[in-house]
Amino acid sequence: MDTILHSIWPIVRDGLPNTVLLTLGLLGLGLALGFPIAFAQVYGYRPLRWACKGYEQFFRGVPALVLILLLHSGLARSFHILLPTFASGLIALGLRSSAYQSQIFRGAIQAVHPGQMIAARSIGMSKWQAIRHIVLPQAFRLSIPPWTNEYSSVLKDTSLVSAIGVVEMMKKTMLLMPTVQYREGAKWILMLLIVAALVYLLLTYAGNMGLGLLERRVRLPGFEMTGKVER
Amino acid sequence: MTGESTNDIVLRAQDIHKTYGDLEVLRGVSCELARGETKVVIGPSGTGKSTLLRCINQLTIPDSGRVWLGDTEITCKDCDINAVRAQIGFVFQDFNLFTHLTALQNVRIGPMRVKKMDRPTATRLAVEELERVGLGDKAGAYPAELSGGQKQRVSIARALAMFPQLILFDEPTSALDPELIGEVLEVMISLAKEGMTMLCVTHEMGFARTVADEIIFMEGGIILEQGAPDRLFSNAREPRTREFLNKITELYGE
Repeated sequence: MDTILHSIWPIVRDGLPNTVLLTLGLLGLGLALGFPIAFAQVYGYRPLRWACKGYEQFFRGVPALVLILLLHSGLARSFHILLPTFASGLIALGLRSSAYQSQIFRGAIQAVHPGQMIAARSIGMSKWQAIRHIVLPQAFRLSIPPWTNEYSSVLKDTSLVSAIGVVEMMKKTMLLMPTVQYREGAKWILMLLIVAALVYLLLTYAGNMGLGLLERRVRLPGFEMTGKVER
Repeated sequence: MTGESTNDIVLRAQDIHKTYGDLEVLRGVSCELARGETKVVIGPSGTGKSTLLRCINQLTIPDSGRVWLGDTEITCKDCDINAVRAQIGFVFQDFNLFTHLTALQNVRIGPMRVKKMDRPTATRLAVEELERVGLGDKAGAYPAELSGGQKQRVSIARALAMFPQLILFDEPTSALDPELIGEVLEVMISLAKEGMTMLCVTHEMGFARTVADEIIFMEGGIILEQGAPDRLFSNAREPRTREFLNKITELYGE
């Protein structure tokens, strides 16, 4: 029992920083790439739309673990390009997230009623002004709930980089297993994993709460989407 | 009717054609509005009335035909269509208010973003225009918090704030509950009386008889007949015009 209690701190101390950095980094990378891709898919010319579609299909269609190994071990073995483990994980998961995020933003942009664009053009706005001042502010609000889901999803996916040796929470937990087994017995491994699970759960919960606050902060009449019925 | 000096002509559309797929919606429509005139376009659904309005401010690009705003042709390839649209108000059947903006912001955004008016001036202007349509007290309300009639009045204020040379109304009362139609028509009537140039697709014959200088009857993509309301009601040339006028008078009242 003691060992379990004492392993909470090492998991947090040695594992949490990389988990948080990876999550934030890959979400940032995914956002920076995903938003322009969504934009190009909606407003771009046909070849650009196809290119973006291909990109998005590839990165949504390949398992995250395969992407990570492809980028790290694959490049290293075949081309002697050895990316640092953290960078490999960040890029692989970031590109994957950009594909998912592009679909979140594409859906949000396309969910804005076409009449909004027509009305904006009718008062003399250029297409870009209409996108900037009318479509995007509405799409932004529509994209928060699905984006919250993306956060929860990628936070947990960061555990996959343990496969190439990045010491984040999952890897740290695995590194602690022998000690726990030696000191407390094999059946305590379960406890150790539950502790790790709880830390992930807490992070997911905290992040969702923060994004929920943002969602409420920018909420406007007509954008509630609660589907609430009084009775 | 009105004096025919070209300077008085605000809008001239000439031989507008538009085809969607196999359907020729407009088969050569021409019309003209002098400053201060109100014309009402009527006709069965699917006749191209809305398409005509959209072809005028190029929200729909006509296949052929030309449109002039004042002396300037606006159907040429290299003219600044945004600058043109800024001078032509458009009121939609389903309002199309910007849902993420308050009534005030809806009215203010055009002057601010298109005309680069500074915020305080644009705000003052927006308040004035909202008061003009009787909604001074709804400045802070979002579209979702307004009734249909109020929404349509905000959208008229949004058009007015651009100081348009004319306003196109595309069935502005067709999406409204019967008891809300009056408040919108009232605003439109007072605009017409103040000398606004207006081209309205509407079947509100009370409105047409009160303020319209001319009724244009469209069917099958052409103008079948046009003339002063009194003449059309008492003495339409075409049997189809008489038939249609009788039908909508039955439906919508005098």
